[in-house]
Amino acid sequence: MSLKDKYLITVGLEVHTELRTKTKLFCGCANQFGAEPNTNICPVCLGLPGSLPVVNRKAVEYAMRIGTALNCEIKHSVFHRKNYFYPDMPKDYQVTQYDEPTCINGYIELPITGKIVNIVRAHIEEDTGKSTHIGTSGRITGADYSLVDYNRSGIPLVEIVSAPDMVSGEEAREYVSELRSILVATGATDGKMEEGSLRVDANVSVRQVGTDELGTRCEIKNLNSLRSLVRAITYEARRQMEIVEEGGKVTQETRHWNEDLGRTSSLRSKEEAYDYRYFPEPDLSPLDPTTEEIEAIKANLGTLPPKRRATLVELIGGTPTKSEIEQIQTAINFGLDELILAGIDRKVPAKLSLARCANEVAGLITNLDSSYVVPSHKILEVLVKESIGELTPTQSKTVLARVVEDGGVDVSALIAELGFVAASSGEMDQLVDEIISESPSEWERYVSGEDQLAGFFIGKAMKKSGGKANGKLVSKSLNDRRSQLQG
Amino acid sequence: MSDHQFVEMSAVQIAAGVRSGAFSAVEVVSAHLSQIANHEGEVRSFVTQMGDRALAGAKAVDEKRARGEELGALAGVPVALKDNMAYRGVETTCSSKILKGWIPPYTATVIERLESAGAIAIGKTNLDEFAMGSSTENSAFSPTRNPIDLSRVPGGSSGGSAASVAARFAPIAIGSDTGGSIRQPASLCGIVGVKPTYGLVSRYGLIAFASSLDQIGPFARSVEDSSLVLDVISGHDDRDSTSLSSKSYSHQPLNGEVKGLRIGVITEMLDGLSPDVERALNQAIESLRALGAIVEEVSVPAAKFGLTAYYLIAPAEASSNLARFDGVRYGVRVEGKDMNETYELTRGQGFGPEVKRRIMLGTYALSAGYYDALYGKAQKVRTLIANDFDAAYGRFDALISATSPTVAFEFDSKSDPLSMYMSDVCTIPSNLAGHPAMSVPFAGDEDGLPIGIQVLAPSFGEGVMFKVAAALEAAADYRPVPQWASTGK
Ligand SMILES: [Zn+2]
Repeated sequence: MSLKDKYLITVGLEVHTELRTKTKLFCGCANQFGAEPNTNICPVCLGLPGSLPVVNRKAVEYAMRIGTALNCEIKHSVFHRKNYFYPDMPKDYQVTQYDEPTCINGYIELPITGKIVNIVRAHIEEDTGKSTHIGTSGRITGADYSLVDYNRSGIPLVEIVSAPDMVSGEEAREYVSELRSILVATGATDGKMEEGSLRVDANVSVRQVGTDELGTRCEIKNLNSLRSLVRAITYEARRQMEIVEEGGKVTQETRHWNEDLGRTSSLRSKEEAYDYRYFPEPDLSPLDPTTEEIEAIKANLGTLPPKRRATLVELIGGTPTKSEIEQIQTAINFGLDELILAGIDRKVPAKLSLARCANEVAGLITNLDSSYVVPSHKILEVLVKESIGELTPTQSKTVLARVVEDGGVDVSALIAELGFVAASSGEMDQLVDEIISESPSEWERYVSGEDQLAGFFIGKAMKKSGGKANGKLVSKSLNDRRSQLQG
Repeated sequence: MSDHQFVEMSAVQIAAGVRSGAFSAVEVVSAHLSQIANHEGEVRSFVTQMGDRALAGAKAVDEKRARGEELGALAGVPVALKDNMAYRGVETTCSSKILKGWIPPYTATVIERLESAGAIAIGKTNLDEFAMGSSTENSAFSPTRNPIDLSRVPGGSSGGSAASVAARFAPIAIGSDTGGSIRQPASLCGIVGVKPTYGLVSRYGLIAFASSLDQIGPFARSVEDSSLVLDVISGHDDRDSTSLSSKSYSHQPLNGEVKGLRIGVITEMLDGLSPDVERALNQAIESLRALGAIVEEVSVPAAKFGLTAYYLIAPAEASSNLARFDGVRYGVRVEGKDMNETYELTRGQGFGPEVKRRIMLGTYALSAGYYDALYGKAQKVRTLIANDFDAAYGRFDALISATSPTVAFEFDSKSDPLSMYMSDVCTIPSNLAGHPAMSVPFAGDEDGLPIGIQVLAPSFGEGVMFKVAAALEAAADYRPVPQWASTGK
């Protein structure tokens, strides 16, 4: 029996997401990624003696939006201080929420498996500064010296804690992907893992099949991509299985994921864990959202990914394949579902729009910066042309690439410039005449009902025209001629 | 006008004179600076003197007047500032080695308000390190002496501010009161000291000791001056989330009319008073009755647990508030072999023994497994105290007690921390309840050492509190003077 069959994996995730407020959580400094170190700072986010925090109402609103989108109850909440010493934490305590968080008891439904993952809580907290440890270790232990950038200090975060409801790295990936998609749709965050605005810690344990009691868990830090998440969970579960298999005991500890080595390593054990000495933050009042505020947030939340996904599934018809669900997810993440809907009115098949949006457009947008606006109208124009056969799929992809890169371009002019002008019907007839006369026996077989020979003729037409012939039109012309003969 | 006349003036008189042009702000400030030059060596009320800045500030006020511009309520009035409030560009130390050399890049809201009313900051005053203490002996730099008797402490923790007003270095000063740190030194130095309702005065820029208890307030030599200063510094501040949004205090002319007022004498605060203090309290009761007030004893039962609750809550908050003094960003750093050792050496050498004692107490009170029994329970006691006070205010307009169980004591006479903590037994409950309270000088003991009476009122009851205090002030036939003046030195 393989380890995989013998053990069950349990995964719970803590996802930190940066809120995209204009200013930080407790001061007026800009919430901005990539500024020169220590330029977005003031007495408050530097924790200078005598400074005091004032809650950014927008951050609270965003947290409530997130909670609502995750089907949570929005509650009276209290800020606490989490006390521990670290150089990137200027007050040597972090202001967070403890036993009374803003959002509790929510859930999300995973898109592919339909599984429900429960959300225990979502709470507001401030981010710390960012340390860079100079020296061979790259960690604070053994560093020659460390530099701290306090630009990140005080940036508002919401931490979303799931129940230990997931059973594999893949499922964790699906959860984070869906969560990210919902978070982005609320407008509260940009969800960029690569810029650290979405960070994941994973709690992983294993137990033998047939036992109910969860095994001892380890928390894995430093998971900066979906790929790391899957790899780290898979590695860590395997490590724990091997320990148990050899009769050992898993030690409860915090572990660090090393992406290059593909391994987790111990950061600190439970015994070394800090006693955070939480107590209510005396410099801040509790948050008491009114029923009106909660209702207003519900009303203004817009349509969220689960609903948007259902709409697209209905449009493409039938039970969607896994790859179609992934395409739908991608399209929603890039906000391209509106475009697909608009395509329906222009008679562009949903499957075509979806494939182009998910496989071409989304892939191109990833490489562009955040101020980028999708040129939906232009993209739709290209898709319409493809659907009526004015562009071949290959041509369509080429044109889309140019349109995504430069939304200001004139689509018709671009098509002309690329020489993608469809042959005139006279030229088309002549071309078809030629290929038929060159292959009379194949033509006879086609006329007698061997449809698959259409591909043969299309290939010939392509070759003859130097790739300019439109496969769809050739196919139509062949079919028309056959009908005439049969008619 | 002579220097002597200037330094004896009240803030109200100075502001009136400067506004009318009877004399200049520069004359006023110069007179106080020469008083400082003459006697600061004996008193040591300042950590940092700001003479040059003060003269420049006074000149600016005079120029403003010359241009015909409106002058504020404290035009040309020198003010001494406790050295736990940030002042842009001026070293701010909390009388601690760990902050030595720190120059804040910003100014506390109270100081901004004082300066925009025309007040002139003349120096940063000494305190017990991080405001922890009742004698100012815990200053890392030097103890401050009580101007009324230089062999005795001025009280604390705002001892430097209280001494500066008693010594006529300034007519007014600003202190902070976490468990009595304004009222107790006011009592020991024979001046008025006010702890306003929590949230009435912004704490922005006050280096926190215990955030939920700290409140800034004025010292003065008259009730009227203290009321005027409170008017200037009170009111909402967007930068302090605990500052109350709508409330502010408005100074009214005080007539000391207490006829028909119901005044309670807190029975729990009658024990342990020295005979002289007890006698003074009884005199105060008689005086108020003579003025037509109805004075009766009232029990505030939970008040007797105040000291215990305070010594869990205040250290707990302090242990967190003082964590930031770690040598990483400012102040003193003592390098160790790694980060943890740097923290340990910096804090080990930077903090004095009383601060360390309270950080340890507070850390313990918040620890896993002890929180509920210690910090959690203390918070419940706090609620009980507030409830018991509220019950008393259902029957009484104001309450009174002694401010301090004793008069000013001699240096090194309270080496046992617990006996020092007892100095604040009457003042602590108001901080826990968040209510206003003040000390007004009322009598002298056999040796002429000052005894203050504490007047307590419900939240935002500053109006009635000042009224009762003004009545006591008027009834008192005691005016303490500095030792050098009484001995004709
Ligand atoms: Zn800031």
